[in-house]
Amino acid sequence: MSTVSLPTLTAKDLASDQEVRWCPGCGDYSILAQMKKALAGVGIPREKIVFISGIGCSSRFPYYMNTYGMHTIHGRAPTFATGLKVFRPDLSVWVITGDGDGLSIGGNHLIHAIRRNVDIKIILFNNEIYGLTKGQYSPTSRQGTRTKSSPLGSVEHPLRPLSIAIGAEATFVARTIDVDINHLTSILKRASEHKGTAFVEIYQNCKIFNDGVFDYATDKSVKADNTLYLEHGKPLIFGKDRNKGIRLHNLDPEVVTLDGGVSVDDLLIHDERAEEPSLAYLLSRMVYPRFPECMGVFRCIRRPTYEEQVNSQIEETIRTKGKGKLEELFASDDTWVVK
Amino acid sequence: MSVSPVESESAGQQKQHHRIEELESVTIRFAGDSGDGMQLAGTQFTNASAVLGNDVSTLPDFPAEIRAPAGTLAGVSGFQVHFSSRDIHTPGDRLNALVAMNPAALKTNLKDLEPNGILIINSDAFGKNDLQKAGYTSNPLEDGSLKNYRVITIPINTLNRQAVAEVKMSPREVDRCKNFFALGVVYWLYERPLEATLRWIREKFAKNPAVMEANTRSLKAGYNYGETAELLPVHYRVPPASIKPGTYRKITGNEALAIGLVSATTLAEIPLVYATYPITPASDILHFLAGMKRYGVRTIQAEDEIAAIGMAIGASFGGAMGVTGSSGPGICLKAEATGLAVMTELPVVIIDVQRGGPSTGLPTKTEQADLLLAMYGRNGECPVAVVAPCSPADCFTMAFEAVRLAIRYMTPVIYLSDGYLANGAEPWRIPKVEDLPRIKVTHPTQPNSNGNGSAKFLPYKRDERLVREWAVPGTPGLEHRIGGLEKEDVTGNVSYDPQNHEHMVRTRAQKIANIANDIPELEVFGPKSGDLLVVGWGGTYGAIVTAVERAQRKGYSVAHAHLRYLNPMPKNTEQVLKSYKKVLVPELNCGQLRLLLRGIYFVDAIGLNKIQGKPFLVSEIEDKIAEILAK
Ligand code: SF4
Repeated sequence: MSTVSLPTLTAKDLASDQEVRWCPGCGDYSILAQMKKALAGVGIPREKIVFISGIGCSSRFPYYMNTYGMHTIHGRAPTFATGLKVFRPDLSVWVITGDGDGLSIGGNHLIHAIRRNVDIKIILFNNEIYGLTKGQYSPTSRQGTRTKSSPLGSVEHPLRPLSIAIGAEATFVARTIDVDINHLTSILKRASEHKGTAFVEIYQNCKIFNDGVFDYATDKSVKADNTLYLEHGKPLIFGKDRNKGIRLHNLDPEVVTLDGGVSVDDLLIHDERAEEPSLAYLLSRMVYPRFPECMGVFRCIRRPTYEEQVNSQIEETIRTKGKGKLEELFASDDTWVVK
Repeated sequence: MSVSPVESESAGQQKQHHRIEELESVTIRFAGDSGDGMQLAGTQFTNASAVLGNDVSTLPDFPAEIRAPAGTLAGVSGFQVHFSSRDIHTPGDRLNALVAMNPAALKTNLKDLEPNGILIINSDAFGKNDLQKAGYTSNPLEDGSLKNYRVITIPINTLNRQAVAEVKMSPREVDRCKNFFALGVVYWLYERPLEATLRWIREKFAKNPAVMEANTRSLKAGYNYGETAELLPVHYRVPPASIKPGTYRKITGNEALAIGLVSATTLAEIPLVYATYPITPASDILHFLAGMKRYGVRTIQAEDEIAAIGMAIGASFGGAMGVTGSSGPGICLKAEATGLAVMTELPVVIIDVQRGGPSTGLPTKTEQADLLLAMYGRNGECPVAVVAPCSPADCFTMAFEAVRLAIRYMTPVIYLSDGYLANGAEPWRIPKVEDLPRIKVTHPTQPNSNGNGSAKFLPYKRDERLVREWAVPGTPGLEHRIGGLEKEDVTGNVSYDPQNHEHMVRTRAQKIANIANDIPELEVFGPKSGDLLVVGWGGTYGAIVTAVERAQRKGYSVAHAHLRYLNPMPKNTEQVLKSYKKVLVPELNCGQLRLLLRGIYFVDAIGLNKIQGKPFLVSEIEDKIAEILAK
């Protein structure tokens, strides 16, 4: 048997022997490749990594990783991850989900895993469509999206995944794009290093049912004007010529051009470690075409994790009261002897 | 009724006011408003009787509303205790005595009191308004409608206020002690020692000396009142039962279940993760387990029922014993995840404390109508093991069994308890830890195949019982993926192959069927063959065994068999069923076990079915036996 020693773990070691079956050109391929690259670099032994997914195109992910994995049921992956992590803090547990899986059928579990701050990494592939069921609109589809189930355009207002996560008290929130491979790798690494629930939204192109929906953020000719890459402690600047920025006007963000009237000092400074999540939330509400959409780490704070607290209550009780004996448990009420 | 008075002193003796009569068994019910503390009074009375050496069996009955309007019929809460010098199995059919703290309690409970039964009434609660709330048009204390009972009216509020007058408390707090006054009267009536209850009061109210003092005074005052006021010319004694030697405690089904889970996992040396969503009547299990941190128990109050079972399965994937508990409505929600555990072949114990259904149904009442749900309530061919305890104390044994079978066969096990077992109590003979079975858990550390020259772990390679290995994350070299898509035999890779699918469906079914080799045979109480076999399952055990016992004493050729393993059933089930001319299946549903027995064994079973949210009376089963055998 060959055990993998840490320094030699490569992306290839993390590939399973299963044939990858996403459609040609699907954004999932890139995410899979960058995940292997990211994990090869963080020094966690392969056997300590677990991928847990729900149902949907993205949820086939665990089959393609040569780690431990579980392909569960629709929307519920965070619950399996929670049950596992609560007594196995030694494991690096990743939840792979999509916009339908995570925000529609599984919305409840997503917010509660985040609220509890279980030390799991939730990676939500957002392609704004149902792929596996062949192209119905999803809870993140833009209003007016024409699909088989919305031939005249969807009338439903979409959710913003990061706003949900921040509203659910997330301690780590980030966004990246499938084709921006270096950024994607770096965000996955940051998620891996975070202690607590890390929530990452990845814009993922569905070649078949929603092709090009993120072109505004990926097309070389326009992306610099339509996206804003966040850096901790730096002002919010974007644009091809790096001459545009975001400043606060009353309680609302505002796009400004850096010219004589407005200087860098007027702009918002990104603080991913702010305890108060209001600014992170404000950034999560910035939507193309009115605003550039932010990429990077919106929020990264430390709060005790769920399993740390659960296990410390147990350890503390055992430390002060001693480990329980079954004899005591049996006699934990009045007893009497019959001779 | 099972009371046979034996006078210990002749009626002619003059030297004492009170005669003492010895009784074999007594059934008493405490009934009052849900704010009157009747559950507490009943529990304390049970403890006192158990500690005295009686066999006891209890039936709490509470309203679904936490606080229905005071004094109304909907707000009545009751606690029935059957205590005896014999081995008993049920909380009793007819009441020998009833304590009614208000008109509503009298109205809803009187029908269960035997003629000439003792009726203790709090006369202070029978004002015009109180009577009206209970729907009485005339005062039953005055209109002669109670003349067939031995009525003892006591102005409990007044006497209780006098008893605690010196304790500094608000009038409201004073009145809250009145259940202890009533309890004191009953302790006198049945010669119960006060010590256990006084100790409980001291411990419970250690931080509130006023309440401690007041409750102590109320209890003693009630007792003394009984003694001095000559309430009845007689009082009663129920001598200790002659039961198997050992150390005993009183236990409810939910307590026994919680202790069983902790014992099984402690002896198996694996962590217990209990994930659940609060639901009546299963929530107590969470409360008990949440207090067992010293035993390393992790409890998770999940966001919903589905999350709860997901967490349990996730824990099992990691090498813990994942357990989830609920009642019928929650079990419905867990169906899909149960199927996943069948497909991934992971151990998980799913507790269903059944209540009246369908839908929200009767949350606080008992029923046995989830048997077919447990057997078949999932998509696809999805067999799981099903077990059912038969008495509150048996909840311990069957919890142990559920854990053992789940681990030994890598399968979900559904554990069917019910509201009656969960809240009912009986004495439990405390087992010796060294006598309990050890459950063996093996997590492989080495690959189990050598295909293509390189060592590999094949997650769906099976042993001779068809059970796969439980390899857990963290083990180097055994990395593997499992999931809900159909598995290729042996490798566990996703497979849509038609032949493979059929093979896997049949293999999973055979694995569950193989459990029959690992469980005890069906025991028969009574003749090995004869005219009638009464077959039951779950919480009806006590009523059936008592009815069959009585029928046997009357000379009927009748036997009883009780199924504690429902899937698979014991190997000798068919042979037992076919040894009698007729088979009767009493159930608190419309005939679910009967349908199974007919379907599986072609037995023309007769049903006795009751769907009232209440357990069987012994007499109901007894009458049915007589009816069948008279034909
Ligand atoms: S349907 Fe869309 S999301 Fe699914 S695999 Fe194909 S391209 Fe990818």
